[in-house]
Amino acid sequence: MNPTLDKLLGGKQGAIGLAVLAALILVVFPLLLDAFRLNMVGKYLTYAFVAVGLVLCWGYGGILSLGQGIFFGLGGYCMAMFLKLEASDPESTKIQSTPGIPDFMDWNQITELPMLWQPFHSFGFTLLAVIAVPVLLALVIGLTMFKRRVGDVYFSIVTQAIALILTVLIIGQQGYTGGVNGITDLKTLMGWDIRTDEAKLILYFVSAFLLFGCILLARFIIASKLGRLLLAMRDKEERVRFSGYDVASFKIFVFCVGAAFSAIGGAMFTLQVGFMSPSFVGIVPSIEMVIFAAVGGRLSLLGAVYGALLVNFGKTYFSESFPELWLYLMGGLFIAVVMYFPNGLAGLWDSHGKRWLTRIKPKANAPVKTEPVAKPVAKAAPTPELETTP
Amino acid sequence: MEWLSEFGAIAAMQGFNGLSVFCVLLLMALGLAIIFGQMGVINMAHGEFLTIGAYTTFVVSSLTEQYAPAFGPYYFFFAIVLSFLIAGAIGWLVEWAMISKLYQRPLDTLLATWGLSLVMQQTFRSIFGAREVSATLPEWLMGSWNPTETIDIPRNGLFVMGLTILLTAIIFLMLYRSRWGLQVRATMQNRVMSRAVGINTKRVDRMTFALGCGVAGVAGAAFTTIGSTGPTAGSLYIVDTFLVVVFGGAASLFGTIASAFSIAQAQSIMEFFMSGSMAKVLTLSAVILILMMRPQGLFSIKVRK
Repeated sequence: MNPTLDKLLGGKQGAIGLAVLAALILVVFPLLLDAFRLNMVGKYLTYAFVAVGLVLCWGYGGILSLGQGIFFGLGGYCMAMFLKLEASDPESTKIQSTPGIPDFMDWNQITELPMLWQPFHSFGFTLLAVIAVPVLLALVIGLTMFKRRVGDVYFSIVTQAIALILTVLIIGQQGYTGGVNGITDLKTLMGWDIRTDEAKLILYFVSAFLLFGCILLARFIIASKLGRLLLAMRDKEERVRFSGYDVASFKIFVFCVGAAFSAIGGAMFTLQVGFMSPSFVGIVPSIEMVIFAAVGGRLSLLGAVYGALLVNFGKTYFSESFPELWLYLMGGLFIAVVMYFPNGLAGLWDSHGKRWLTRIKPKANAPVKTEPVAKPVAKAAPTPELETTP
Repeated sequence: MEWLSEFGAIAAMQGFNGLSVFCVLLLMALGLAIIFGQMGVINMAHGEFLTIGAYTTFVVSSLTEQYAPAFGPYYFFFAIVLSFLIAGAIGWLVEWAMISKLYQRPLDTLLATWGLSLVMQQTFRSIFGAREVSATLPEWLMGSWNPTETIDIPRNGLFVMGLTILLTAIIFLMLYRSRWGLQVRATMQNRVMSRAVGINTKRVDRMTFALGCGVAGVAGAAFTTIGSTGPTAGSLYIVDTFLVVVFGGAASLFGTIASAFSIAQAQSIMEFFMSGSMAKVLTLSAVILILMMRPQGLFSIKVRK
């Protein structure tokens, strides 16, 4: 096989895993679920972008950002600003005292579109800003923190504090940001109504394909020399530094990639859900995004997608049916994953699922003869066999 | 001359306001300075230990009101001790069941204790309901103290301030003047060597964590004199508290005091000129900017790593 392609797919096993996930997302869900539920899965998939970015940063790079909501939110807000401007043309806002500006500005006695909003009339600029604004912020944070060799723990706390600052800022500057309610009532994208079932189906597929694009890119990074350096850095940072590598720049790079993934997720979130609010930016959503990656397995890109889907299914189900139980469950999940399954679902699959698969396979392939031979051996030396028989 | 005295009164009250915020921040940060600053454990559930203290005080206050009204004026001292004991005991259990298994993985401690905080919040909600509750204050904590006619200083603020000074002094003596404190500092600086010279590091860890949680409980008891308590009351301040400890420079008690003071004064002075949310944004941003330039915090002890 072509070596680059092989790298991307992660060998035979990686290719199978990717195919299974693709079948699930692209075929099974659209066929089985109604428009409302499919839109919900689409929303969960946008969280999977963040989780995939976290696998890169945290699982491989060893940097735990507790502020991925910042980038998710910034991407989402950039998209929402464009859509809001389109929704508030002078014609449909003529009852306002200043027509042509978003409704929440009018409520806050702002009479002119702020400078910050002006460029978001252009769709090209918006697409650029969705990626560029979060990545620039990540770059600044990364440059200042990693170049000074700030430790992992401090980095986590500072990113969390930045998430807090951004939330307080968005809520406080109601006239410019829509405040607590966020930017709502988004209607069309370049004249195309995004609220119809058909549009939601198309947007679902767009975000699914973008997600697979991100997964392939992340796989490429992990399989390259950079990926090995990241792992080496995570385990023995000093040694990598002594070998002559600039550790900080690798960390900054992977942090920026994570930010870009989150931002794409945020923009797709806005398009599918139809609004953006500070409740997706702050400390709580940011740390919940970490648990998606942790449940899926911090070293598994595909696991991150499953983690995001499962935790969110659980959240929706339990907070609809047993709201009392949900926080216990979520809290328990955090504790259990960290203490007992540090590699998440992917780790469980590696230790149990694969063994189960290989146990079936030899039965089918291997000649019948070996079986009776294998058993007495197991009885003679029980200790190694004990572990495998549950 | 009249405007001058009026200005003086405003300045005094504004200054006292800043001092109250400082006491609140410092009370919260003291426990964390022990747990995070000395042990390096990131306890995201620290705010919930504070809430334990606050709810303990509430329960003691309601029980006193119901069964022993004569005990009313003095119940608060009893509540403080009880808050310390309960929060400390729960902290001891948490260290035994969870933290002790995660010392090698600080980032995982962060996630696990966040989970713990969610569980504790929901437990509070199930027991005490989602509504905020407040303890009945004894007579001597209500009203205010008027040194002059125009200056008006609330008594509960004075009480919290006194408690803060007392608690800080006790912690200082324990950490820097007692044999136990010596063992704690030795363990944190070099665990292997400490074990080699005969310190039971496991016991030191457990006691230190329990003490930090107990101090948080006392802080919670003190808060009931200022405001009401809800299930999520503690989690609102957890990030600010971490910033105070980090900004002061971990492992430095004096740094924690200085950073709590500067953050509190900056915030309350700015609040005089702009909205509360902008004051908070500017204060926190300034803290982070300074931390980016000086990651070790304001005061740091030099440790060879």
